[in-house]
Amino acid sequence: MAKQPHATPLLDELEKGPWPSFVTGLKRLAKDKDYVVDVLGHLEHSYKTRKGYWKGGTVGVIGYGGGVIPRFTEIKNEKGEPTFKDAAEFHTIRIMPPAGMHYDTNTLRQLCDIWEKFGSGLIAMHGQTGDIMMQGCTSENVQPAWDEFNKMGFDMGGAGPSVRTVMSCVGAARCEQSCFDEAKVNFNVTNRFLDDIHRPALPYKFKFKISGCANDCMNAIQRSDMAIIGTWRDNMRSDEKMARSWFAKHGVNELVNDVINLCPSRAIQLKDAGTVSKEAHITAVQVSDSQAMEIDNKSCVRCMHCINVMTGALAAGKDKGTAILIGGKSHLKIGALMGTLVVPFMKLETDEDHEKLVDLAQTVIDFFAENALEHERTGEMIERIGLANFLEGIGLEVDANMVSSPRSNPYVNTADWDEEVARMNAKKAAA
Amino acid sequence: MTQAQARKPVEGFLDNKKFLHPKFVANYGNWKCHDRPRPGVLHHVSHSGDEVWTVRAGTQRQMDHYTIRKLCDIADKFAEGFVRFTIRSNIEFSVSAEAKVAPLIAELEKNGFPVGGTGNSVSMVSHTQGWLHCDIPGTDASGVVKSMMDSLYEEFKNEQMPNRVRLSTSCCEINCGGQADIAVIIQHTKPPKINHEQVANVCERPTVVARCPVAAIRPALVNGRPSLEVDEKKCICCGACYPPCPPMQINDPEHSKLAIWVGGKNSNARSKPTFHKLVISGLPNNAPRWPEVNEVVKKILMTYKADGRPWERMADWIDRIGWPRFFEKTGLPFTKYMIDDWRGGRANLNASAHIRF
Repeated sequence: MAKQPHATPLLDELEKGPWPSFVTGLKRLAKDKDYVVDVLGHLEHSYKTRKGYWKGGTVGVIGYGGGVIPRFTEIKNEKGEPTFKDAAEFHTIRIMPPAGMHYDTNTLRQLCDIWEKFGSGLIAMHGQTGDIMMQGCTSENVQPAWDEFNKMGFDMGGAGPSVRTVMSCVGAARCEQSCFDEAKVNFNVTNRFLDDIHRPALPYKFKFKISGCANDCMNAIQRSDMAIIGTWRDNMRSDEKMARSWFAKHGVNELVNDVINLCPSRAIQLKDAGTVSKEAHITAVQVSDSQAMEIDNKSCVRCMHCINVMTGALAAGKDKGTAILIGGKSHLKIGALMGTLVVPFMKLETDEDHEKLVDLAQTVIDFFAENALEHERTGEMIERIGLANFLEGIGLEVDANMVSSPRSNPYVNTADWDEEVARMNAKKAAA
Repeated sequence: MTQAQARKPVEGFLDNKKFLHPKFVANYGNWKCHDRPRPGVLHHVSHSGDEVWTVRAGTQRQMDHYTIRKLCDIADKFAEGFVRFTIRSNIEFSVSAEAKVAPLIAELEKNGFPVGGTGNSVSMVSHTQGWLHCDIPGTDASGVVKSMMDSLYEEFKNEQMPNRVRLSTSCCEINCGGQADIAVIIQHTKPPKINHEQVANVCERPTVVARCPVAAIRPALVNGRPSLEVDEKKCICCGACYPPCPPMQINDPEHSKLAIWVGGKNSNARSKPTFHKLVISGLPNNAPRWPEVNEVVKKILMTYKADGRPWERMADWIDRIGWPRFFEKTGLPFTKYMIDDWRGGRANLNASAHIRF
């Protein structure tokens, strides 16, 4: 039995309503832990005064430069003593989850056992960085808790100016849209950059996010410095039986309004069966005895919409791989930036392919470490130096896929035009 | 503990194979298609003919270990001992027989975990730490989210929206919650109040000066002590100076407001990914249940629900009807604050005669 709970009239309001309540969970923990009794008191004080009262500091584990998020209370009496003394420290340990956030129950129970013993018992599955957030621990218990997690095989996530915990989607394990082995990329990238994850020494954070297709369930383009997004080069596949059954259920209005009209590059046409193009880049599939869809794979931008609507009837091609975008980030300092395309396609089948991807990541991070200003993300660095200079720096060739349109102003010195054309032509001839 | 006694950590990332449901291992990279037999349930079919049913349920994200153990008990008794979490903190249980689906759903709902969040539903809010743990929060994330999900409970459990709806909340303008169809984000409205006594002791002043997006901060001597001063005419109240220098107090119980942004879309489906746009600010930080925020979120969602066409995300819907109609239909005021004057902002102006009447 823990000590007497503090009155929490405001938090109590969050026990009402049908959605699972984190307050109810905290109260369950507070029955046995003085620690959580005071965490509730601390939080109630925030609700009352509408302010936060945790400040950072320095807490870590042996061998690592980051991964623990230290929190010390700022609610103190006139003598400088913590008002909620059992919750004077409330550190979080970031633990990297298995790729795709898959677990067996035995593992989850072991994680619970450790955190019940050493921490508050509160676990966020998962934080916005993709980590398991072990929330609430005293300075004293951080090391022993960490030792237990590490003995299970888990490792620390990233924090501060470091490579952050890599996130990947459910992927090939349970999704037909998967264009490569996302977990393998996650595994390889993480293991290559362990030192950069655990010992923050970069200009600022560097995030990888891995989505197996352009639906981008990991928000990679918006949120990561290096977005690895599945795509394919050859023709879309189709399954006539499933296309016919989709059409029988949904009819021509839905086919036109929900599929064909929403194609962003107008690559799909509805044709009379028998009149579809026989050209090599066309995917044609009959939806009924009289009508067929004709998809021009040269115009298709691999956006995933028609495949999402008609899953199974339409599918990605077989020549799969990944596109890579660099520079996505949130607001601070110059405003939110999307990643921009730097590799339109890269095969990801053999171990050598995977090695090449990780090597490219290494090149990007080395360039970032050398050239970014303090507290500057890759997107801001590229904004400052220009994409062409960045590409040159990491040894990638320019490609018309990298722009929405060519430049619309004349403010560029083109004195070396002839040499550049000759160089590009020579490259093309050599390819 | 001395260095000599210290345990040497084992660095390395786990292979996820041992955490996968056996059907996922057997059909890895070989899935053919899926359908949704009912809201909250995904049915995947492999090229091998294997089938797997996945039941998705909402959680409170910040879970006490009792909750996680309860979910494990359900997974062991009613599913097959394997779970996964989605990026929005939903839990998924996979089973290899359709007959297991209904009892699993019944058990989850009996224990207070709503089943849903799939397809064209409103999924759980992607959110931040807030007052519970963050060092710079303007509000609490979990509380805003709890009150929002209470009011959107039926929208989570049913698939009645034009397309999927992704929500986020963030406790400061850094926006850790992320881009979303509807995002609720703190918007400060007053420059930081500086505690000049502390600046010299806690802050690296050049770092703080460098963080300001509008160069409004300069070093200054205040009462004979080295400190910082803010040009309040230039200050955009973003709070960027606060993390590196806690004496730059930006959070204010009265003047840190909540803003709502709409039309962020991560997917490349149809249009390219989009960022969310500001549609209302100035909402009070009204703990514990933020009724003013909830009312606006619900109004926007219900307008979209009534007016959006199948497969239109929030951004696609607005792209079709136009921003004037969005403000008209939702009843939200369009103000000068929505006209972008940040770098690149001209791209957000209408440089055409395309006008909807």
